[in-house]
Amino acid sequence: MSLLEVKNLKVRVEDNEILHGLTLTVNPGEVHAIMGPNGSGKSTLSHVIAGKPGYEVTDGQILFRGEDLLEMEPDERAAKGVFLAFQYPVEIPGVTTWNFLHTALNAQRKARGESQLTSPEFLKKVRAVAKSLNIPQDMLKRGVNVGFSGGEKKRNEILQMALFEPAVCILDEMDSGLDIDALRIAADGVNALRSPERAMVVITHYQRLLNYIVPDFVHVMSKGRVVKSGGKDLALELEASGYTQFEDAA
Amino acid sequence: MPAVQETVERVRRIDVDQYRYGFETLIESDKAPKGLSEDTVRFISAKKNEPAWMLEWRLEAYRRWLTMTEPTWARVNYPKIDYQELYYYSAPKPKKQIGSLDEIDPEILKTYEKLGIPLREVEVLEGVVKPEGERRIAVDAVFDSVSVATTFQKELKAAGVIFMPISEAIREHPELVKQYLGSVVPTSDNYFATLNSAVFSDGSFVYVPPGVRCPMELSTYFRINERNTGQFERTLIIADKGSYVSYLEGCTAPQRDENQLHAAVVELVALDDAEIKYSTVQNWYPGNSEGLGGIYNFVTKRGDCRGNHSKISWTQVETGSAITWKYPSCILRGDNSRGEFYSIAISNGHQQVDSGTKMLHLGKNTTSRIISKGIAAGVSQNTYRGLVTAHRKATGARNFTACDSLLIGDKCGAHTVPYVEAKNSSATFEHEATTSKISEDVLFYCVQRGLSQEEAVGLVVNGFVKDVLQQLPMEFAVEAQKLISISLEGSVG
Repeated sequence: MSLLEVKNLKVRVEDNEILHGLTLTVNPGEVHAIMGPNGSGKSTLSHVIAGKPGYEVTDGQILFRGEDLLEMEPDERAAKGVFLAFQYPVEIPGVTTWNFLHTALNAQRKARGESQLTSPEFLKKVRAVAKSLNIPQDMLKRGVNVGFSGGEKKRNEILQMALFEPAVCILDEMDSGLDIDALRIAADGVNALRSPERAMVVITHYQRLLNYIVPDFVHVMSKGRVVKSGGKDLALELEASGYTQFEDAA
Repeated sequence: MPAVQETVERVRRIDVDQYRYGFETLIESDKAPKGLSEDTVRFISAKKNEPAWMLEWRLEAYRRWLTMTEPTWARVNYPKIDYQELYYYSAPKPKKQIGSLDEIDPEILKTYEKLGIPLREVEVLEGVVKPEGERRIAVDAVFDSVSVATTFQKELKAAGVIFMPISEAIREHPELVKQYLGSVVPTSDNYFATLNSAVFSDGSFVYVPPGVRCPMELSTYFRINERNTGQFERTLIIADKGSYVSYLEGCTAPQRDENQLHAAVVELVALDDAEIKYSTVQNWYPGNSEGLGGIYNFVTKRGDCRGNHSKISWTQVETGSAITWKYPSCILRGDNSRGEFYSIAISNGHQQVDSGTKMLHLGKNTTSRIISKGIAAGVSQNTYRGLVTAHRKATGARNFTACDSLLIGDKCGAHTVPYVEAKNSSATFEHEATTSKISEDVLFYCVQRGLSQEEAVGLVVNGFVKDVLQQLPMEFAVEAQKLISISLEGSVG
């Protein structure tokens, strides 16, 4: 059984159909890159998988380990192991990162019928995770993303990814707003989390991210469909020739 | 909109119908005849065995009240109150004179147990040795109109602190009561304060002698039980020179379809170098989801920084009541005195809140700080109303005000009405105000991390009010945090 199967997915926002029958199959351990021009529906796909409100699925299905993902609330999906690293992580003033992570992890554990972590247990765990990713401890004491630089926000996303140990990670435009050094640090974090059990879906506009996170498969999206799939070389091909050819094809 | 909409719907459904304190205690009570007249005032005074001067004081207030009209300037709407349809005095019928906790009706003790109020001095009675440094709380519990128990009397007495029902203080310490009662909130102050002056039945009295730091938190718990009863408690706290006291009041009431009136008066007096910290967790029954029932909370609270270098700090967490009309204020009379007001006011369902503060700068180099956090959900209306003034002699007066409002859903309202008057050119007044909505993006971020919608709202709101929660005594900050989550989501506890 595949980990994540998107079958003939059609999605509309208000009166506009954004995805016109998208199909994608992701197996454990695989890294898929989804590339495409602005407005091709890349972010819509990530939002619908995670369950963001405001999108209407008119046809098709999304299966996660064979279960109908679209029937689940977003928090249930999170507890099952679907993680979305946001393009623009939000700020939550007055809530420390440490408290947010503790509350979220316990909520997920509760949904899975696992025991709740006490504060000392949690602190030990989160410190170990932060250390393994070279993330400074003081970030945990600050308000969630409040006053964080672009790079810090992305590292916070990676910290959460490492802490929650999801089965599938969707990285939405992880490179936006990052300079090359910050990008390398973030990519190192992602690479550290690659494993034979975990799958990643890397959504990006630019090829450069894929120099650091090398995918197993590349899919090109245009106008709400996957128009071409291939290996990692497809990304290089795109870099040379641009998206125009695919826009015509779509 | 869907995420927010869904949350709003859930909040609306769950909210006020899940009031946890809505039970009624079945006990016999001793009531004054219905309605208000000079006879009612005399009845109450007689019940309390009051001296003649006290009765005269009440009657004067009553006569004054007859000439006054109910204020209408607040942003609240309610049907006209028929003051002749209320009972003004209700006491649990005593079997005999109460000498110790054991003689209190077990039904009442059970009520306080349900409320989680540590009335029984179990540790003390059983000789349990408390670890050094652990703080204890002395509690005065007021049930309808009378005070039923005051704990830790002996220990407070050893420190020289007087903490007793005000009805007893009138008999035992008339010189203090005469000197200070009505000196901060005069009997003619406003419609509800004047009414209270005429018919108040009990409340707490605190006197902290010069140089004494009160050895424990003092606390009063107010409970309205009886149907159609107004509760009019009167609290008077005096911190003599160089003393310190921290005081907390909590309030609950049973669920009823009809509205109940609560018109309290609290007066604080801080002399030279004294400090009073007054915290309130108000959770009166707010009415049901249709807006039926709930407490009308018309309260006058005022502190007088009478001495130089004195300080009064108000912290309030207001989650209950159908209508809240409340402006805990500070008169900064002494030079270098300081007033603080920290407020969290949550309105949900059909609740209406009009609350804020007044900082009246009279002395030199007086400072004040106002931090107000208003949260509106459901179809509620939440108004901050504040006044900051500097007298012409108040050179160097400084105020900082920050009013933040958070809206949940699109059927509620938040309003900020700040008045600023500086008659002295050296005064520095700063005012900041923000209004925001809980954004759908923030909620989605939280649920993507595994929180339910309700948990997400609770988390965001608790973050929003954090600055104020930190001002509460630690034991109550945790409680208040839970209360905030309950009043907004109903999923906790």
